[in-house]
Amino acid sequence: MTVESTAAARKPRRASKRTSAAKKPQSSEPQLVQLLTPEGERVEHPDYSIDLSAEELRALYRDMVLTRRFDAEATALQRQGELGLWASLLGQEAAQIGSGRALRDDDYVFPTYREHGVAWCRGVDPTNLLGMFRGVNHGGWDPTTNNFHLYTIVIGSQTLHATGYAMGVAKDGADSAVIAYFGDGASSQGDVAESFTFSAVYNAPVVFFCQNNQWAISEPTERQTRVPLYQRAQGYGFPGVRVDGNDVLACLAVTRSALERARRGEGPTLVEAFTYRMGAHTTSDDPTKYRADDERAAWEAKDPILRLRTYLEKSGHADEAFFTELETESEALGKRVREVVRAMPDPEPMSLFEHGYADGNSLVDEERAQFAAYQASFADSAEEGK
Amino acid sequence: MAVEKMSIAKALNESLRHALDTDPKVLIMGEDVGKLGGVFRITDGLQKDFGEDRVIDTPLAESGIVGTAIGLALRGYRPIVEIQFDGFVFPAYDQIVTQLAKMHARALGKIKLPVVVRIPYGGGIGAVEHHSESPEALFAHVAGLKVVSPSNASDAYWMMQQAVQSDDPVIFFEPKRRYWDKSEVDTDAIPGPLHKAVTVREGSDLTLVAYGPMVKVCLEAAAAAQEEGKSIEVLDLRSMSPIDFDTVQASVEKTGRLVVVHEAPVFYGSGAEIAARITERSFYHLEAPVLRVGGYHAPYPPARLEEEYLPGLDRVLDAVDRSLAY
Ligand SMILES: Cc1ncc(C[n+]2csc(CCOP(=O)(O)OP(=O)(O)O)c2C)c(N)n1
Repeated sequence: MTVESTAAARKPRRASKRTSAAKKPQSSEPQLVQLLTPEGERVEHPDYSIDLSAEELRALYRDMVLTRRFDAEATALQRQGELGLWASLLGQEAAQIGSGRALRDDDYVFPTYREHGVAWCRGVDPTNLLGMFRGVNHGGWDPTTNNFHLYTIVIGSQTLHATGYAMGVAKDGADSAVIAYFGDGASSQGDVAESFTFSAVYNAPVVFFCQNNQWAISEPTERQTRVPLYQRAQGYGFPGVRVDGNDVLACLAVTRSALERARRGEGPTLVEAFTYRMGAHTTSDDPTKYRADDERAAWEAKDPILRLRTYLEKSGHADEAFFTELETESEALGKRVREVVRAMPDPEPMSLFEHGYADGNSLVDEERAQFAAYQASFADSAEEGK
Repeated sequence: MAVEKMSIAKALNESLRHALDTDPKVLIMGEDVGKLGGVFRITDGLQKDFGEDRVIDTPLAESGIVGTAIGLALRGYRPIVEIQFDGFVFPAYDQIVTQLAKMHARALGKIKLPVVVRIPYGGGIGAVEHHSESPEALFAHVAGLKVVSPSNASDAYWMMQQAVQSDDPVIFFEPKRRYWDKSEVDTDAIPGPLHKAVTVREGSDLTLVAYGPMVKVCLEAAAAAQEEGKSIEVLDLRSMSPIDFDTVQASVEKTGRLVVVHEAPVFYGSGAEIAARITERSFYHLEAPVLRVGGYHAPYPPARLEEEYLPGLDRVLDAVDRSLAY
């Protein structure tokens, strides 16, 4: 039978009411915690007030601009074949810088694979983030130097590590906190549900920071949940809050408050940063297959960087010289990233056998020796050929 | 349609289309399989033609995908689930190993679990961590599962049909770096059984056994060896569980030498099983110990090192030389 002959039978049948899923979550859209409107107006929120100096505001702006510049450079480097892949954070700068700047040095961060802005806040050299995307290593930084854990590619796994780490912090009687980053898609994983359970029953000092960027590759958030994500926390017995993820001030204030709660021994909080992935999921993705064109435009109007710039200008907290200087700094960062990446050497073949185990391993020793002999045989035959 | 040249990706797409078309109980489930057509586009266009009730975008939860597929199978459906990449099957490993594999036996054969789990596997595409692994032995070790991998478009087409028709669960490993390799598919041909190994090149001096992505490498090695006057036979195993040992044995008893090649680590890999069985079956026919070529006991390396890790022409020929030197 040919495929064409039954084309008519292929037409989707209308699903019965009972089996079809509604397109939209049924509850009404909740309020976002917002301190800076998309138009750059400062507004107040009864539970989350914040009072930042002009210098602190400029610093947040600088963080966001440099993070975006770094991200753009990495995207360009991927296009030029210098990186195998890149996961851009374009549009998520406020969520990452706001939450990242709420952290104390002794707090510990468990990121996914897109937290370049948080890494920046932790003082991780941004070029260190590129090794794994270039394909020269699987991490590239010592997580204990900056209390910034390795990127995690398997969706959701790190939320359990964060919870366990937080349980350890509590056992030690320390007053630091732990933050776990993940996406809206990740909220469907069993590991994430289990981390909510563990953190609640052990009252672990952990903040779950979900960047709801509306998409998990091609799947919209409605494909993951029927209730607004922040409401999930209630079922586990801890608070959840939805914050405007494009508002760096609100992200800072809400995360700070959640971290303080954790430090006071009051347990976990789920923060849902409502934001948007302006680019593709990664450089291998093609959002034109599943995303409407006008969607991005609507979110561009809520751009996290533009709104803070508007506020800085209107309030007189920054002058033209500040923006010009930042532009120069931004270009210099781009140039440095380019140079460092291009100079990154490929790993030595023998490094295959490094770090598989902390203790010695006889099997690895044997295979290493065989591999070395095999490699040497090429050198010998080249020698003979002379 | 009859004979047409197509890529493995296209053959899989056509095969899935045919399965949806002929049996209303067939479902496709997975992350991004709908509008996007999967990250490798294997399900491209299927949701458009068969609807969201047959080609189902699932939440991002592998345990959920396989666990609900088990439930749907118990209800009479035949789900084909897509796991996006090899390294992401592990959240579902519990469901596959403790439930999917064993339910038929526990119910004394009264229920069937016709679930196909499709997994793009293996390296060579320059990907980041968890996107290049070959975990087939972890599944083949578990009783109750069939584990197969096609190496060409015709097998991709037909083995998928057979997997969907199988009343047992099938772990269907797709060699992702061969997705774009083209060969002829005859959609009217009657294929051999799913578990049958196939001789893809005749030879008399040594047998190379491979499956999935390594079949091509072995054929190239055999062609290169031919230029040095060595006659190499190449078998495409196709099924890692069960294994068609009869075909391997017959070939080895003709050539006297066997080298098994796979991407997965050699240690505890499928090569170990083949070497042990063939040594047992054909001890007096062997002119040399069975050799294995594969990955090392090391984490799959970053992309810039994968060519060192993956068996290539040189490593296969080196093993051929070592075997012939006995
Ligand atoms: C366990 C697992 N399954 C599938 C994937 C493939 N994958 C990578 S990212 C992604 C979507 C993630 O979406 P989300 O959690 O919302 O995070 P985002 O990238 O949008 O920030 C998928 C399906 C994976 N990395 N891990």
